[in-house]
Amino acid sequence: MLDWRSTAHLCMALVALLAAGLVLPGWANFLLVIALSKGLAALGLVVLLRSGLLSFGQGLFYCAGGYGAGLLMLWGGISDAALLVGGGGLFALLIGVATGPLVAGYRKIFFATLTLALSMLVHGALTKADFLGGTDGLNLRAPTFFGWRAGSAGENVYALYAFASILAVALAGLCRAHFGSVRGLLSLGVRDNEIRIEYLGTSVRRVVFENFVIAAFLAGIGGAINALALSHIDPELAFWTTSGEFVFVAILAGQASVVAVFAASVLLEVVRSWSSQYFPNAWQLTLGVFMLAVILFLPNGVGALLRRRSRPSVEADAK
Amino acid sequence: MQLVSTIVLDGLIDASWIFIVAVGLTLIFGVLNVLNIAHGNFYAIGAYVAASAAGWYYAGGDSFPALGLIIMLGSTLVVAVVLGPLLERGLLRFFYERDEVVLVLVTYALFLVLEDATKLIWGVNPYYAYEPYVLFGNVSFFGLSYVGYDLMLIVVAVLVGVLLWLALNRTTSGKLVLAVIHDRDMSSALGINVTRIFVVAFTIGVFLAAAGGAVTAPKISVQPGLAVTVVLLSFAVVVIGGLGSIGGAAVASLIVGIARSLAIHTAPWAELFIVYMVMALMLAIRPQGLFGTEGLRKI
Amino acid sequence: MTPILEVKSLSKTFGSVTAAADINVSVKVGERVGLIGTNGAGKTTFVNMVTGYIKPDRGTILLQGRDITGQSPRYITRAGVCRSFQIPQLFLGLTAEENLVVAIGIATGRALAPHASPDAPDTRGAVEDLLSRFRLGEYRHRVVSELPGGVRKLLDIAVAVTRKPKLLLLDEPTSGVASEQKFALMDIVMEALPDDVTVLFVEHDMDIVSRYSDRVLAFYDGRIISDAHPSVVLSDPQVKSYITGAAN
Repeated sequence: MLDWRSTAHLCMALVALLAAGLVLPGWANFLLVIALSKGLAALGLVVLLRSGLLSFGQGLFYCAGGYGAGLLMLWGGISDAALLVGGGGLFALLIGVATGPLVAGYRKIFFATLTLALSMLVHGALTKADFLGGTDGLNLRAPTFFGWRAGSAGENVYALYAFASILAVALAGLCRAHFGSVRGLLSLGVRDNEIRIEYLGTSVRRVVFENFVIAAFLAGIGGAINALALSHIDPELAFWTTSGEFVFVAILAGQASVVAVFAASVLLEVVRSWSSQYFPNAWQLTLGVFMLAVILFLPNGVGALLRRRSRPSVEADAK
Repeated sequence: MQLVSTIVLDGLIDASWIFIVAVGLTLIFGVLNVLNIAHGNFYAIGAYVAASAAGWYYAGGDSFPALGLIIMLGSTLVVAVVLGPLLERGLLRFFYERDEVVLVLVTYALFLVLEDATKLIWGVNPYYAYEPYVLFGNVSFFGLSYVGYDLMLIVVAVLVGVLLWLALNRTTSGKLVLAVIHDRDMSSALGINVTRIFVVAFTIGVFLAAAGGAVTAPKISVQPGLAVTVVLLSFAVVVIGGLGSIGGAAVASLIVGIARSLAIHTAPWAELFIVYMVMALMLAIRPQGLFGTEGLRKI
Repeated sequence: MTPILEVKSLSKTFGSVTAAADINVSVKVGERVGLIGTNGAGKTTFVNMVTGYIKPDRGTILLQGRDITGQSPRYITRAGVCRSFQIPQLFLGLTAEENLVVAIGIATGRALAPHASPDAPDTRGAVEDLLSRFRLGEYRHRVVSELPGGVRKLLDIAVAVTRKPKLLLLDEPTSGVASEQKFALMDIVMEALPDDVTVLFVEHDMDIVSRYSDRVLAFYDGRIISDAHPSVVLSDPQVKSYITGAAN
């Protein structure tokens, strides 16, 4: 479990986040909520990447979390943010449990394409589901926070931001503890050598399945927060370009550091809002060039997750 | 009965251009082991370049309409000869030693770049190149009138398939390509110039995608968003048919084309996801695809 | 006493190649069995069939009387059969110590708990024990991809025995190791293993075979052409002409 030092770090990070939110303007709080929600989905991808798997369908669970929370509000009449986000996360988790056995047998590009196909299936179905608003999606109301309702839009954004910060810090802390555990090493083992894992007597599929479900849950929580922040859900959440953004964040974050994931997510949102203001038609281009640069010049990022830990000396020895 | 023939013919027409594009993707995968997410962009660029070329040609008077179509195809050949070697030598080759998943990411980044580059060059307003669409008049089939151009597409697709098959199986360089597909390291050890084969195969793949864009340009409005739709369709075809299999791409194109046409005519709401449904089913039942093979790792 | 391993009329062909033709063997508990034969004679195929990597076409494999024929590697490992590999199968991106932590974690079930610490006393104890038994202490913090071949071989075997197998199969434990170090490596391995472990090892070096085995199976063309004490097998004229060469 978490030792006292990590717990202290987490508490400090949380206090810093909450304080920063008080100082920052409303739009910045909003941007940070979105960044945190996407960071959670990307953190899920990191869990998968640590077992060597790249999902191009993480948007499916982000979408599931959003629709889960949204429908709980619209149909279930629930307005409490904690219940909505918890419900969204749970819904995504259940979908992960249902689809996990199917995808757990696949690796590499087969895994990437199958997850892509599943999320596109859901995207396609949602655009045609009129009772769920079809392509336009559904609008949501402002949530309440443990019985308290924000008096203004600014208060609501800050409340959501605070709520998202608490969740993100807690989940990041759990992930960090998990990455350092024996089970976390086992994931790296699956990435490095599946044959050895099976010859040690445990199931690679099981490890992959569990990681897939964890990833689904994290994306679901993120998607639910995103839905509350935007007060809107639509099928685009499951579109593959949404998944591509999560991949981008996870690759950019690279190292096995959970903090880096959120930093990368914030960076992405800042760059996006900046370039969509000044270069509305070149925002993806910036992103693409940036991503190529990361892959080419920071192989640690990708390398650490997808292949093995970077050891420059090894390369030298091999030659 | 009429519905059946409509579905089949529409499906065939759809399958034709899908095949032309997807066989390029499967060729690139087979030879370079790269699942190219930017493949749809080559299609889109081909469509834009062809539409621009057509616009330029037809603006100068309509003296010889068929020449316009030839110019459109020729312009995509130029695109392929420029872009193919540039991207393969200038970008992809730096990642061959890395994990194949890294290469997927590289082509994803390329997709993002090309997506915006296309918008910067051609803007966001649609382009049209409808002139060649009437070239071949109309043809009657089972009491239904079909546009001759659409039927020509079927012929072109069959031609592409046959030519590619002949080139691979009946020429020396084609056999070298097959050798590289079969075992890259061994081919290299035997003295086959793998580098050259990579460049050529990638360029041909790009050309097929761009040519697919050029031949469909007269049927559609050329606008942003094409790349995404097309790359997903080609992915589906390649996954269903088996990665790297040309025969598989042909059969899978037919399956995808007919499935889409079936959905459009009987259950329009399913048009978007019937393809992914087939793809997911295929992955679930036979992950290596219809014509793919699976190997056991040496330990 | 029930033999630890009993193989009956085991057969396997790959296309036109016969990798195993009606193999019958019975191995007693605690035996140290050397498997010899030229490349392609069927030694590794035999090991792969016993450990579930390849499914035999025909025949049965009994582990202490229990049928394990055609089961998955995982099932067979859990039943008490562990193995090392000709090409060591390790977690290349992890350190030697982390490799052992994962292996021990799986053996004890701790790897399946969400947050078990690698520094827990009993995990640590087991790691230290293996590191010292296999003389790997100085390499503990090195990443496997950095380790020399011989050390990887040792680590591969150390990882294989974390589950305390009844039957251990070593596929060419000394291949790729300099000839002057082969004995040292085998000494470490044989010393590290408990006496009650039955060991089958594939080996090309006849000096190693005669020193470390008390029984030899000579494979030729998918069959066992000789099965006896090393001194008997190695002086068998058939073995001489087919396997060890005229020089012996």
